[in-house]
Formats: sequence, structure tokens, C-alpha cells
Amino acid sequence: MKNYFKDGIKGFRHFVEDGETEEATRRLIDKIKENRFNAYITVCEDAVERAREIDKNKGDGRLLGMPIAVKDNLSTRGVETTCASKILRGYVPPYDATVVERLKENGAIIVGKTNMDEFAMGTTTETSFFGSTRNPWDEDRVPGGSSGGSAAAVASGECIASLGTDTGGSVRCPASFCGISGIKPTYGFVSRYGLIAYSNSLECVGTMGSSIEDASLLLDVISGKDSRDSTSIDPTLYRRSSEKFGKIGVLTQFFDGVEEDVLKHVWNAIHKLEDLGIEYEEIDLPNLRYALSSYYIIAMSEASSNLARYDGVRYGLRGKDLAWDTTFSRIRAEGFGKEVKRRILMGTFSLSAGYYGKYYLKALKVRNLIIKDFEGAFRKRKLDAIVSPTMPYKPFKLGEKIEDPISMYLSDIYTVPVNLTGLPSVSIPCGFSEGLPIGIQLIGRAFDEETIINIAKIYEENTDHQKKVSGLL
Amino acid sequence: MMDEENLKQIARLAKIELKEEEVKEFSPQIRSILALFDEIDEVETEDVKPTFHVFGLKNVFREDAASPSLAGEDAIKNAPKKERGYIKGPKIM
Repeated sequence: MKNYFKDGIKGFRHFVEDGETEEATRRLIDKIKENRFNAYITVCEDAVERAREIDKNKGDGRLLGMPIAVKDNLSTRGVETTCASKILRGYVPPYDATVVERLKENGAIIVGKTNMDEFAMGTTTETSFFGSTRNPWDEDRVPGGSSGGSAAAVASGECIASLGTDTGGSVRCPASFCGISGIKPTYGFVSRYGLIAYSNSLECVGTMGSSIEDASLLLDVISGKDSRDSTSIDPTLYRRSSEKFGKIGVLTQFFDGVEEDVLKHVWNAIHKLEDLGIEYEEIDLPNLRYALSSYYIIAMSEASSNLARYDGVRYGLRGKDLAWDTTFSRIRAEGFGKEVKRRILMGTFSLSAGYYGKYYLKALKVRNLIIKDFEGAFRKRKLDAIVSPTMPYKPFKLGEKIEDPISMYLSDIYTVPVNLTGLPSVSIPCGFSEGLPIGIQLIGRAFDEETIINIAKIYEENTDHQKKVSGLL
Repeated sequence: MMDEENLKQIARLAKIELKEEEVKEFSPQIRSILALFDEIDEVETEDVKPTFHVFGLKNVFREDAASPSLAGEDAIKNAPKKERGYIKGPKIM
């Protein structure tokens, strides 16, 4: 049987040119419906029809005919969007997120909405109301999170590339756990209009593909200033000097907490880059050990404020009407899962009278210190990128950490500093151990996505870890 | 400190009705999350400014001009309870 999905966007383009989009899309939708990994929450029923039109009328666009999956916290006009929460079941947005609009303008076919941790709060996709997504490399393991469905869909050939969102690692962690490439852009590089907010000052829309090339093409399509998101930025105003130093910094902090085989493959990758002419030096950022605590204070505080809107009045779950406060409290008790409740409670507490200065305001100050640490390292040491493992561990077993929130939070140690600082970052596969993928993270200077993507491409061209995923497709 | 009574008070503020078993389950978890939060206590931040935007972006203004937006019926389409073109909330008095 013909395999349409083996060679990413470049390969699929030939099938589109040959007028086989409809056949390929039909087969893809059938595969999604088999639901082997629970990667999707909703399938877009009009995808095959869209494909037929493309075969008939051709048209143009850089993603013409490409079957793209979209995380279920990105608004899609006319297609149910739930954030994997019971409280939003049945919600059908009357508009498209800017990123979705841009995909469509470029000819992409949205094939479905992917599974995720409820409201993007999690590292494993296990907090989804619709059940956990499974890792295509090992079905007893988690795909990472929170964009686990978007990553599993790419790794299992249930789409060609996908959109996720990244608040504290939610694109990079699942990219790492599923052996694919993921990009979290600079804060403001991509519009958040239509992204259902959880933590506004941290979150970004990111892209995933079976190669860094595919992920960066998607990023190119969705990025750019948008008047509907006042925090989106015209990157040309910020573009850094194109001076290249040929040097990366290795974040060796916390290495004693990293699994041995993960560390081994990350070092191998660093030495490979060295062979390719990129020097490295070890770096240590003094305030980084406060990244997790300040990150979780900020994320939970913003979450408690953002999620106040779920009261069953304008959309979502609504029970029997009693007095207003009882009505709201019951809807929220029934509609939110445990992790979401915990985070709202913690955020409410840290913003409450008498604690604001101790927690939220203090965390914002620590955030500034961490930003200065990164700026200083890039400037003084003349670095093109800072590298680390994406995740300190290989993919967990399903259920292994879900009852212990703190141990789950600690696994975000290398991903959250990037959201606190707003910097861009990519995760690419750098090896396999016990049949499970391992990812390396490259962090770049603000609005210098290009450099880290180029380093990733050089690495990809000279290794074949990223090609392994095609064995699953 | 966060004991079960404090937790119930916070839940009232957050408008989430907690079951007794949730209070039992969440209390120790929330205490350990608070211990994580408290790690920043030791950081000296007296002369440090808080970060409200990572690149220091200030207010962005636009002209106050009317432009086409969502049709009324699309805007209220998702409301579970509505009447004569209005969204209907629960009783407040």
C-alpha cells in the first residue's frame, strides 16, 4: 500500500501535484478514526471534501493540500473546541484563531483537533477529560504534554505536521517524548488571538513536524504581527545582529538529576556539533534554580484569573439554576478536573490579600533576574544558542506520575526557563534508548529563531535520529 | 500555612465546590506545592523590577473606530440558556 506520509511535507507535495490529495486524505481520516493512540478529540469531517476541491481546482499556498492537526485549545470556526475539558464540551467557536486562518490561507487542510492536558495543564496528556493519548513508540507510555495529541499524531502518521501550544514546555516535551521536532517561538512572534488562554504572559503557539524543516515551514506560515493580539510583535523591529559566533553554551546545571542514558545522548549530540565546527562551553545561570517555583506561581496565578470566565453563562456546561454562587461553584466543581482545580486554588491563594507580594510579585521579580542571567550569558560569552536535555527523563509509564503533582512539575526544569524569558527554543531528537526517543533543546536569542533552526538543520543533516520516526508511519 | 479550613475558604473564593474527599486529597498536595513556591523566599529582590512583559512592551493603542464584528446571533450561539436574543444567567437576588 502506498505510504503518503513517510517523507513529510516535501514528500506529500508530490501527491498533491499528482492529484492524489483526496485519496491520501480519505486514508488519513480512516486511520485517525481507528483511534489507536487517542491522539484526536474531534475529526474534521469536511477534510476529504476540501481535498477533493484541491485536486479539482489546484490553487496555491505553501501548505496546499497538507493535512495539518490543530491542538484543541486553538479556536476553529464551526469545529468543536474543548481544551480537553468537560466544562467546554459542545463549544463551537464562531471564529478562527489567527494561526488557523493563516494555515487555511496557505491551502492547508485542518484534519482534526488534538488531545491535550485539560486547559494545557500537564506534562503527559493524562489530565484530558477524554482520556490519555498513548505514545506511538510504546503504547504503555505517555506522549508528553500538554500537546501530546499533536505530537503523537505526527509520530504515527495521523497528520503531516501540527500546531501545539507551549506555556512551560508543552510543545517541546511531547516533541522530545515522541521523537519529532518542535518549535516554541519567541513570545510575540506568533499571534495568540483565538488561543484559549491559560497563562497569557508565558504561552505561545508552536509547531511540530517529523523534521525541523517541516516545523519551521509551519512557523513561517503562522508567524507575524496581528492587530488582534496587541502583544504580537513585528520581529523586524527586534531582529538581532546576524553576527554568528560558532559557539553554544551547555546548561550543565541539574545534570545530576538527569537520567544517565538521556545525558549520554545529549553529550553525544554536543560532541557531534563540535565535530561540525560548533564549539561549546559549560555554563551555569545562578537564578535558574528558582525557575520552577517562579514559573508555577506565575502560571497558576494567571490560570486562576483566566479560568474565572467558566461559569456556564456564555458557553459550556450548565446545570440546574440555583442561587448564582451555588450555580457557578457546582458547574466548576463538575466541569474541571483535579489538576485544573489544584492550579486555580493555588493561583487564587497566591493572588489573595496579604500574599500577592510574597508570591506573585516576587515571582515576577525573580523572572527578571532569570531574564538577565540568559541575556548576560548570550552577550558576554558570545553564544549562538544554549543547549540542554529537553526532558530530564525518557517518557514515563502511563499513570507513573499522575498522582504526584510535584514530581511531575520537577520534570519541567529545562523547559520552563524558556517561557519565563520569552526566548525561542527547539527540541529535536538526538538518540534512542530502550526504544524510546530522547530530545535535545536549543535555546536561542530573542527573535533569532533562525540560528537555532539552522543549527538543528545542520545536526539533522549529519545524523539520522529524526529519520527513525518514519519507521512508525 | 494551609490547613483544611484555609483550603475551603480559598475554594469559596475560587467558586469551586470541593467534596470532603477532595479536601483530604488536595491538602497535602497543596502543602508541597506551597513548599515549592516558598523556594523564592531566599532570593534578594529589593532593587529588582517585576517583569510584566518579557521585552518591556508598553501599551499598544489603536484608533477607536467601528468595524464589522461578530453577528449578535453568532456571539450568543454557545450560551446554554438564552431568551429573546439575550444570554440568561442564574438568579442573583
